[in-house]
Amino acid sequence: MKLAYWMYAGPAHIGTLRIASSFKNVHAIMHAPLGDDYFNVMRSMLSRERDFTPVTASVVDRNVLARGSQEKVVDNITRKDAEEHPDLIVLTPTCTSSILQEDLHNFVERAQIEAKCDVMLADVNHYRVNELQAGDRTLYQIVQFYIEKARRKGELPTSKTENPSVNIIGISTLGFHNNHDCTELKRLMADLGIEVNAVIPEGASVHELKNLPRAWFNLVPYRELGLMAANYLQAEFGTPYVDITPMGVVETARCIRKIQQIINEQGANVDYEEYINEQTLYVSQAAWFSRSIDCQNLTGKKAVVFGDSTHAAAITKILSREMGIHVVWAGTYCKYDADWFREQVSEYCDEILITEDHGAIGDAIARVEPSAIFGTQMERHVGKRLDIPCGVIAAPIHVQNFPIGYKPFLGYEGTNQITDLIYNSFTLGMEDHLLEIFGGHDTKEVITKGISAESDLNWTKDGLAELNKIPGFVRGKVKRNTEKFARDRGIKDISAEVLYAAKEAVGA
Amino acid sequence: MTVAQEPTALNFECETGNYHTFCPISCVAWLYQKIEDSFFLVIGTKTCGYFLQNAMGVMIFAEPRYAMAELEEGDISAQLNDYEELKRLCEQIKRDRNPSVIVWIGTCTTEIIKMDLEGLAPKLEGEIGIPIVVARANGLDYAFTQGEDTVLAAMANRCPSQVPVTENEKNERNAIQKLLNFGKKKEEVVQEESEYVDHPPLVLFGSLPDPVVTQLTLELKKQGIKVSGWLPAKRFTELPVLEEGYYVAGVNPFLSRTATTLMRRRKCKLIGAPFPIGPDGTRAWIEKICSVFGITPKGLEEREAQIWAGLEDYVKLIRGKSVFFMGDNLLEVSLARFLVRCGMTVHEVGIPYMDKRYQAAELAMLEKACLEMGVPLPKIVEKPDNYNQVQRIYDLQPDLVITGMAHANPLEARGINTKWSVEFTFAQIHGFTNARDILELVTRPLRRNNNLKDLGWDKLVKEEAKI
Repeated sequence: MKLAYWMYAGPAHIGTLRIASSFKNVHAIMHAPLGDDYFNVMRSMLSRERDFTPVTASVVDRNVLARGSQEKVVDNITRKDAEEHPDLIVLTPTCTSSILQEDLHNFVERAQIEAKCDVMLADVNHYRVNELQAGDRTLYQIVQFYIEKARRKGELPTSKTENPSVNIIGISTLGFHNNHDCTELKRLMADLGIEVNAVIPEGASVHELKNLPRAWFNLVPYRELGLMAANYLQAEFGTPYVDITPMGVVETARCIRKIQQIINEQGANVDYEEYINEQTLYVSQAAWFSRSIDCQNLTGKKAVVFGDSTHAAAITKILSREMGIHVVWAGTYCKYDADWFREQVSEYCDEILITEDHGAIGDAIARVEPSAIFGTQMERHVGKRLDIPCGVIAAPIHVQNFPIGYKPFLGYEGTNQITDLIYNSFTLGMEDHLLEIFGGHDTKEVITKGISAESDLNWTKDGLAELNKIPGFVRGKVKRNTEKFARDRGIKDISAEVLYAAKEAVGA
Repeated sequence: MTVAQEPTALNFECETGNYHTFCPISCVAWLYQKIEDSFFLVIGTKTCGYFLQNAMGVMIFAEPRYAMAELEEGDISAQLNDYEELKRLCEQIKRDRNPSVIVWIGTCTTEIIKMDLEGLAPKLEGEIGIPIVVARANGLDYAFTQGEDTVLAAMANRCPSQVPVTENEKNERNAIQKLLNFGKKKEEVVQEESEYVDHPPLVLFGSLPDPVVTQLTLELKKQGIKVSGWLPAKRFTELPVLEEGYYVAGVNPFLSRTATTLMRRRKCKLIGAPFPIGPDGTRAWIEKICSVFGITPKGLEEREAQIWAGLEDYVKLIRGKSVFFMGDNLLEVSLARFLVRCGMTVHEVGIPYMDKRYQAAELAMLEKACLEMGVPLPKIVEKPDNYNQVQRIYDLQPDLVITGMAHANPLEARGINTKWSVEFTFAQIHGFTNARDILELVTRPLRRNNNLKDLGWDKLVKEEAKI
C-alpha cells in the first residue's frame, strides 16, 4: 500500500480508452463497476467533445461478484453492435475486473460469433502498466489485428505509394495539444512534399489500417505513444520510423534531416537543407529570439523541468541549448522509460529526477528556488504556493490546457509557441520581483476607501458569524444588500435571521 | 407516445442500470470539508485515485484531508499484510495531520478481495488511539450521494448514547459543556429555553453547508422546535447524543441507510417527511415535524406564498416547459416535485435507487403536485439505461435535460438544453432561503440560450446520415 494524493499517469484502462475513442466508429466496453466511466466526463469536459464518447460499461455489481458476468458482457457487446454498428468493439478490463479473473477472452470469442463488428480484448494488466504504456500497447494491438486480418483475406497492399509518404502515429484524444500538433505536422509534411498516408489513431477508421504498409516511413512524434506500433510495422514490412520529436528548432531540424535520409535511401532525391535554413532563420522566430536582447536577459537563469518523457526532454534541450537557461534539474514521471530520458537530457541539466511522487518534486523545487518552472498542472500549483511562475508543458492537464486557439508544440509554429510560453513565464516572474523590490505599484497610503465598509447598523455576533461564512468575493455585496434591507425596514440589529430574510427578499 | 391514457398513479420502472454517475467515494470531497477534524482514507486502486483527482478539480491542490491508500499487486495477492500496511499509513496520517477520526472508505477492490476493514478497524483503533470509522462506499453497491449515506450510517453508531452528566447537575453540566465546547459560539448554550415548545429531542441528519444548517435550525426555531443536534456536526468530537426515543428527520433523499441505522440500531423515531427542497418541500417538512410534536405551525402558509412571490421572475421562464431527469444523485424526486410546482411538466425521473419507504412522503407529494397542477404524472425509472434515455430524449425533445457531464455537451451540440446535475449536490438548495438558488441553476441554460437565440447556432453537429 502506498499513501497517495496525486498521480501523474492514470490507470491502464484510461490509455486503452483514449486509443479506442480516438478512432472513428470504435466502441469501448469497460468491464467495470458503476462510476468507473469517468473517462466520458473527462473527454466531454476537457476536449469539449460534441459527440457522445463511445465508451460504455458492462456494469460489475453484486450479482456479477456472486455468479460471474455470465451472459452480461456478451449481451452488452452484441447490443452495442446492433445499436451503433461500430467497426470494432474493444472490451476493456479495469482494476476491478483484473482481480475477478473472469475469462474475458472467452466472452470476446462468444460475442464475435454473433456480432457483425470485430471484437477484441485490450491486453493490459492494471497492476503492471499505466495509462501511457497501456495506450501504446492498445494501439499496437489494434494495428496488428487489422494487418493480420487483411493478410488473411489477402487484402494487404503490396506496393508503396508512388511519392514519398508517411504515417503519423500517436495522435490521440486527451493528449497534450495533440490536435494542434497534428495540424502542424501535416503542414510540415506538405512543405516537405511528403504525402500523409494515414494519421492514427485520432480520426482514423480501422479500415484504413491495412494501408499502413504503403507509407515509406512512420513518424512517431511522442515517445509515449506509437513506438510499439512503429516497431511492429518495421518488423513486418521493414518500414523505417523516425522517432525524433520535432519540438524546438534544433530537434525539428534533426527530425527533418532524418526523414531526408530515410526517404533518400528509398530512392527519393530530396534536399531539405535550404528549407531548414529558411524556416530556422526567417520563418520561425525562435532562432532570432535566441539572439535578441530579451533572451540575453534570461542567460543563466535557473529553471526546473518536469513532465512526460517527450515534453520534459524537449523543453530541457530548448531551455539549455537554444536559450542559454540553466536547467538545474529535469525530471519525468515515466519511470519505465528512465534510461532513455537520462540519455536525452544528461548533458543539458545538472541533475535528473525520476519519480512519480509529487511531494518529492515539490521539495526539489523548493530546494532549488528556480526563476521558473516548466511542468504539469501539479507543478503549477507548487509554483503558486512558492510564488514561482510556471509554464505547463505536459499532462496531467486541465481544461485550460485544451485551448481553442492554434497552439502546437511541434514544428516551426510550435517553436514560436514555446518561445512565448517560456519568455512569458520568466518576465512575469521578473516583474513580480521588481514590484517587490520597490514595494508595489502604488505605494501611497490609501486615505479614503471608495466603498464604505462602515455603517451605523449593528451586526449581532451570530449575524457577523453567518456573514463571515459567505465567500469573500460576494460578502461585500451581501453585506450592503442586507444593510439596505435592514435600513428600509427600520431594523437596528442585524442577526443571522435578518441576513437570510434579506437574501429571500432580494435574492442577494 | 400516446397522450390519450394519462396515468393516475406514479409509474415505476427499472431498466438495465447502464447509466453514468459519480462513484460514491466522491462523498469524501464534501464530507472532509464538513467534518473539520476528520481524515478520509480511500483504500482502493489507481482508478479510484484518478477519479477523485479529476472530479475534485482544484480542491486537490488545497492539501485536502483525504488520501488514497493505493493497493499494489502485493496487497491484492496478500503477499503484504493488510493490517500492517494500514497501520503504517494511519500512523503516518496521525503524525502529519493529527485528526480526531480517520474514515476508511472501502472500495470495489476491498470488497472483491474481502479485506475485513470492519474487523481491522477496532483493533487498529485501540493501537493508535484514533477512532476509525469504516464506510463501504463502493461502485458495486452504490451511486454517488449514497456514499454519504454509508459514511453517516457508520457515524450514527459513534454518536454518544447519553448526555455525559446527569440531569440534576444542570448548571454544572453547562459549565462542563462550555469547557468541552471551548472556542465554540456561546449563544447556543445560553439559548433561552423558553423560546422553545417542550418536545422530545430532535436530531437532524444529512451533511449540509453550515449556512444552510443555520437557516433550517432558525426555521424550526420559529415554530418553537429545538434542534438538539445534527449528524454530522462540524467536528467528529461534537457528534450529537442519540438516546432511545429521540426523534430524527432526514434532510436529503439519499439517506435511507442512515435512517434505517438510526431506527434499528439507535432506537430513534423517524419522522417521514418530504425533504426541505423548494418552498413547498420546506413547508411540508416543517409541518410534518410540527404535527409529530403536536405543534400548530405559525405563519408557514404566508411564508411560503411570500417566497413563491419572490421567485416569480424565474418561475415565469420555466412555466409550461418540460424537463427530463436522466438520474444520478437521488435528488431527482424532490427536484421534480418542486419543478412541477413551478409549472413544469416532468417527462421522466431517472433515479439510481428508489427507497419507496424512506421517500414515501416525497413521492406522495409529487403525485399530489402533479394532480393539482394538472400535469401528467412522470415515469420514475430506477437504474436507468442512458442509451435508451437518449433515444427517448430525441423523441420527446424536452426543454431541459438534467444530466451528468458525460452527456451534457453532446446534447447541447444537438440543440437540447441541459443542466449539469452534479451542481445540485454542491449548491445550497435547502430551505425557503435557497429556493431561488435552485431556480438560478435550472433557468441558467434557458436564460443563456435566450441570449443567443437569434444567432441560429442550435444544432452544432452535422446531420448524421440515416441508415
